Amino acid sequence: MAHAYTPGLKVLHHAKVTKNRRLPIKGQVTKRVGDQLEPNDIVATTDLPGNVQMVKVANLLNIGPNDVLDVMLVSEGDTVTKGQMIAQTEGFFGYFKLDVKSPIDGTVESISGVTGKITMRDAPVPVEVDAYMTGTVKEIIPEEGVIIEANAAFIQGIFGIGGESRGDMEILVTDREHELTGDLLNESHRGKIVVGGSFISLETYKKALSLGVAGVVVGGFNYYDLEEILGYTLGVAITGSEDLVTSLVLTEGYGNIRMGSRTFDLLKEHDGKFVSINGATQIRAGVIRPEIVIPLKESEIPKTPVHQSEEKGIGKGSLVRIIRAPYFGRMGEVISLPPKLQQMESETMVRVAEVKIDEEILVIPRANLEMVETD
Amino acid sequence: MELRSILATDCGSTTTKAILIQKIDGEYRLTHRGEAPTTVEAPFEDVTRGVLNAVMEIEELAGRKILEGDDIMSPQNGDEGVDIYISTSSAGGGLQMMVAGVVKSMSGESAERAALGAGSIVMDVMASNDGRLPHEKIKRIRDLRPDMILLSGGIDGGTVSHVVELAEILHAANPQPRLGQNYKLPVIYAGNKNAQDQIRDTLGDMVDLDITENIRPVLERENLEPSRDKIHDLFMEHVMQQAPGYKKLMSWTDAPIMPTPGAVGSLIEMIAKKENITVVGVDIGGATTDIFSVFQGKFNRTVSANLGMSYSICNVLAESGLDNVLRWVPFDIDRKELTNRIGNKMIRPTTVPQSLEELFIEQAIAREALRLSFIQHKEFATSLKGVQKVRTISDAFDQSSSGESLVNMMDLDLLVGSGGVLSHAPRREQSARMLIDSFMPEGITQLAVDSIFMMPQLGVLANIEKEDLAEEARKAALEVFHKDCLIRLGACITPVGKAKEGAIILTAEFSMPDGSTVKHELKKDELFRIEAPYEPIQAKLTPDKKMDIGAGKGESIETTVYGGVVGLILDGRDRPITIPTDSESRLSSLKAWSEAVNEYPTRN
Repeated sequence: MAHAYTPGLKVLHHAKVTKNRRLPIKGQVTKRVGDQLEPNDIVATTDLPGNVQMVKVANLLNIGPNDVLDVMLVSEGDTVTKGQMIAQTEGFFGYFKLDVKSPIDGTVESISGVTGKITMRDAPVPVEVDAYMTGTVKEIIPEEGVIIEANAAFIQGIFGIGGESRGDMEILVTDREHELTGDLLNESHRGKIVVGGSFISLETYKKALSLGVAGVVVGGFNYYDLEEILGYTLGVAITGSEDLVTSLVLTEGYGNIRMGSRTFDLLKEHDGKFVSINGATQIRAGVIRPEIVIPLKESEIPKTPVHQSEEKGIGKGSLVRIIRAPYFGRMGEVISLPPKLQQMESETMVRVAEVKIDEEILVIPRANLEMVETD
Repeated sequence: MELRSILATDCGSTTTKAILIQKIDGEYRLTHRGEAPTTVEAPFEDVTRGVLNAVMEIEELAGRKILEGDDIMSPQNGDEGVDIYISTSSAGGGLQMMVAGVVKSMSGESAERAALGAGSIVMDVMASNDGRLPHEKIKRIRDLRPDMILLSGGIDGGTVSHVVELAEILHAANPQPRLGQNYKLPVIYAGNKNAQDQIRDTLGDMVDLDITENIRPVLERENLEPSRDKIHDLFMEHVMQQAPGYKKLMSWTDAPIMPTPGAVGSLIEMIAKKENITVVGVDIGGATTDIFSVFQGKFNRTVSANLGMSYSICNVLAESGLDNVLRWVPFDIDRKELTNRIGNKMIRPTTVPQSLEELFIEQAIAREALRLSFIQHKEFATSLKGVQKVRTISDAFDQSSSGESLVNMMDLDLLVGSGGVLSHAPRREQSARMLIDSFMPEGITQLAVDSIFMMPQLGVLANIEKEDLAEEARKAALEVFHKDCLIRLGACITPVGKAKEGAIILTAEFSMPDGSTVKHELKKDELFRIEAPYEPIQAKLTPDKKMDIGAGKGESIETTVYGGVVGLILDGRDRPITIPTDSESRLSSLKAWSEAVNEYPTRN
């Protein structure tokens, strides 16, 4: 059977989700293999080296750079406190001494007789990494962190902003075509992950921010309005480090697009559960998509075999979503994959698929189809 | 040594492209091409898998056995195998460098030029006078995690302390390489030779330090070649060794693997030199746009890292502004609707325009991406800054100074475009229009596109240094470049100057290859196309007295021009091109220009 290889987003009732939780530099791991974890548990800690400051000792004391070593009162590696005298000239018969005081609490890293400067480092900054999701420690990465595994329902979005977040999930709309409007949000949603249908407007998202909602999952949002939230025009889709109270996960794209039925139904199935979401997105080599992880109890794991994600292409019968105008957002079933190149209205010659949508058969470039991966 | 067959691959960040060149009846021709997804990331993590897949496609198409298991059969034996195999690579994001110099606009810029010329992406230029505090520079180095650092600064015998200070900052940052944890970061020192000992003392233990000739030994002269060569060596020795599968790939190739843009650049440089012409080449990709130029014998390359047609398409919108994109769109569209469509292309970068409207939008954005990249290129491709000029009394009213752009559009002979949006446009007329609208050539300029983007492979072929292969390989590269790589679009003929609306600005007379004569009086703001093949055509061009076609205002010229698949395009529009701002006149101008060259199909 003919296959086309196109990107697909995962919508899985059950998956073994694994996460690497690593420190940015080496430190101590605080958990062991087999430990049961809740999202807020700390799994590893370390101290990040402090910022570096350079002190122009030669300039401050009005001496040549190569004289600096003679006037230093401290050596490389010494710990110093803010205001402590670190260098002093001999003065003139013991008078008119000039000195330099430490501008920070920290350590002396290096003293240079070439530039006449010393390098000082601030006290270290403690860093902790938490578990992010409910699960079990599967493996320890020595001195760096852990690999956590969880049985979970797993949904990938197409684009998101804001980093990791967690909270009880609440579905606020009756069906996937409904927009998440401002009147649906209130004080009770503080700290929760709320789910809408097709769209959230800028005004409603701002309301979610002001209410302290932990996360929003919807079909679409206007690209045009991102600028007001981020404070800059998003040029490349690399997000996740924005300092936002409310992470936003879009399941479909930009514009008003109803949420895919399988995504919506799966979320609805788990309405009220404690979930973890991450808006971080990177679209370039080594793609990262935003995600919703819904932990499953032992009793909730489907009896059918666990879905193993594999790189399967689009074939006859595949459920696909059209990801470019003029039919953007519509979903249907592939009925054939003609082998010959066909000319589109734009005169582009492409490989196509015939897709059946609501009793209508459309000819769509295969590159404009996305497989909806389900289990 | 005679080469009967050449296999060349380019391992890009998403696709690995393979070409087979064969000697047929005494001349080298491209015979087959294949492509497959690049496999540097999980689950494969071995670049050679993608190479083998691409070669297998060639095997199928050519009906020729090239692989024996997982090995390339070499040399050719009967109809099997190939004589040599070569490759370029930009997989894994290419070579990412950071450069440093004392004065940003002098040694900093020279270091940047060397790194770009070698084919790398310059992530940051650090300089003593860049306005950042030391701790900010240290944080930046740590965050960027470059593959390699080029440290320069100070003319020979000049400042030592500033260069050593940069080294101290580097030492404090203790940079870690991006790929692989178990090797030291390569650092090239190409600054004041009197500071070499101190640099060795400061950095020696911590990084893999390599010292080469000063990049700017005196203010008046750049010496980029030693640094460029060093970058290529270290790219092979260190960076490539860390990328998955490259050790194996390197053992297969008959010449060192080159970074993709480095190979393209060297090919363009070679052609400019060999034919004694000025050239501008552009490669517009999904994430970046590379521009190469040779003017006054000087080669320059710039990478606009965030101007591209998919991953960074929204950045084109951000940098040019929505109005500048919209001015090229020949229908009215709601602003929110347009930005959502462009946003959706960014998050789903592999889609293709199905409808004509989508094609209009895509090509409108391409014009802006190319225009902005070229502006950046013109600002960078300058004569050396900081050089004292001897001025005579005749220069007193000439405001030119050091650091002038080398790019002079009136002098440009050949403009070559490549990259999906230019190479794969449904009509070649569209490629020609995009090139003209964004680069705005002046006088007479030949236009061409790279048919399937094989300049990288030809670049590395032209660079083979093995004595017994070099000459034949270079011959093969040039033959294929002219016969199969370039698609000649034709010539753009543009008089420049001020004229009144409706005025005739150029009278052109062409003696066509079929013996006929074609004459046209070009009006201001008019675009006119004459179909003509890629053959020599005698032209007599007489501009209006206030217009210049290359010989000065009002001076006519008689010369030879070449047509192509599009033909001769007479462009009467202003430089820069002005587009009416009111919607009705704008749409009517866009329609007239499109129809003049038969750019788009008629819409129902």
